[in-house]
Amino acid sequence: MSAVTRALRAFGLFWWDFLVGETPELALATGALVGLAFLLAGQRWVGAIVLPLVAAAFLFLSTYRGRRRAPRS
Amino acid sequence: MHTSSTLILVLAVFAASLVEMVEALTIVVAAGVSRGWRPALEGAAAALLVLGVLVLAVGVPLIRYIPLGALRVVVGALLLVLGLSWLRKAILRASGHKDPHDEDKIFAATVAELSAEDEAAAALPTAARTKKHDGVGFAVAFKGVFLEGTEVVLIVVSLGAAQHRLGLAALAAAAAAVLVAVVGLLVARQLSEVPENTIKTVVGVMLASFGVFWVGEGAGVHWPGSDLAIPVLVGFFVVVFFAFTAYMRTLLPAPIPEEATP
Repeated sequence: MSAVTRALRAFGLFWWDFLVGETPELALATGALVGLAFLLAGQRWVGAIVLPLVAAAFLFLSTYRGRRRAPRS
Repeated sequence: MHTSSTLILVLAVFAASLVEMVEALTIVVAAGVSRGWRPALEGAAAALLVLGVLVLAVGVPLIRYIPLGALRVVVGALLLVLGLSWLRKAILRASGHKDPHDEDKIFAATVAELSAEDEAAAALPTAARTKKHDGVGFAVAFKGVFLEGTEVVLIVVSLGAAQHRLGLAALAAAAAAVLVAVVGLLVARQLSEVPENTIKTVVGVMLASFGVFWVGEGAGVHWPGSDLAIPVLVGFFVVVFFAFTAYMRTLLPAPIPEEATP
């Protein structure tokens, strides 16, 4: 592997880890919210209510997933 | 642009920079104590220089050449990922599901790691020892400041570009970095006194609010009250933080670690 390929790979891995890392569901949430925002564009009030609620729902799912669990006996 | 959103922009950038720089300073102080101050300070200064160049190199072309609508969607998405991630950690920490950030622990771990390197270096011939000694101190300080600062750069560029206030955002980040450096010099290792977990919660709330707002604004969602929707979103995410924390603490309590049980 050349030095350039190694550097590019390290650069890509750094950003992957930085933006996705251990919470891929939050990256997915962001993608979903962007799509939803375009779907609701121009609709009065609906987007302003739905977007924060969907963000909160994804946050709850991610937090629930990250909770500390008791070891299985 | 309303005063409220400018104020929130400055506060968000300042607070984000503050917490990240406290983490960076912990590593720089640890490198300075165990490896000597000169390479540690040189490493920190070099990293700050690279970060400043990054803000200019990425931020200015973003503002000049990317259409504002597209820029706000991208920036909003970036802020959302960071904001939701910070809020998630804040909720897990506040409800006992994750250990709080502890600067004393990080300091002790970094000093121990560097001291072990020092012992290994002592076994080397004199010429090699001097070279390795300086290089490690510089590298550790550079890496610490650069990695912690990258998040600040992202926040500065994102918030600054979306509101066309890159200079103001950079100034707020620089002010926080100077404040941390001055306080750090005065109190040396008392960095654990900084209420880092609380500040991180506040920043998480602000970033998530800006993220939702800019994604919607860029895509063409109608926000009632325009920019005044940002303080409302901040209020919403504050309520979400307290509600989720209370739920996790009471209905899904974290199991007690084995060593803590009698």
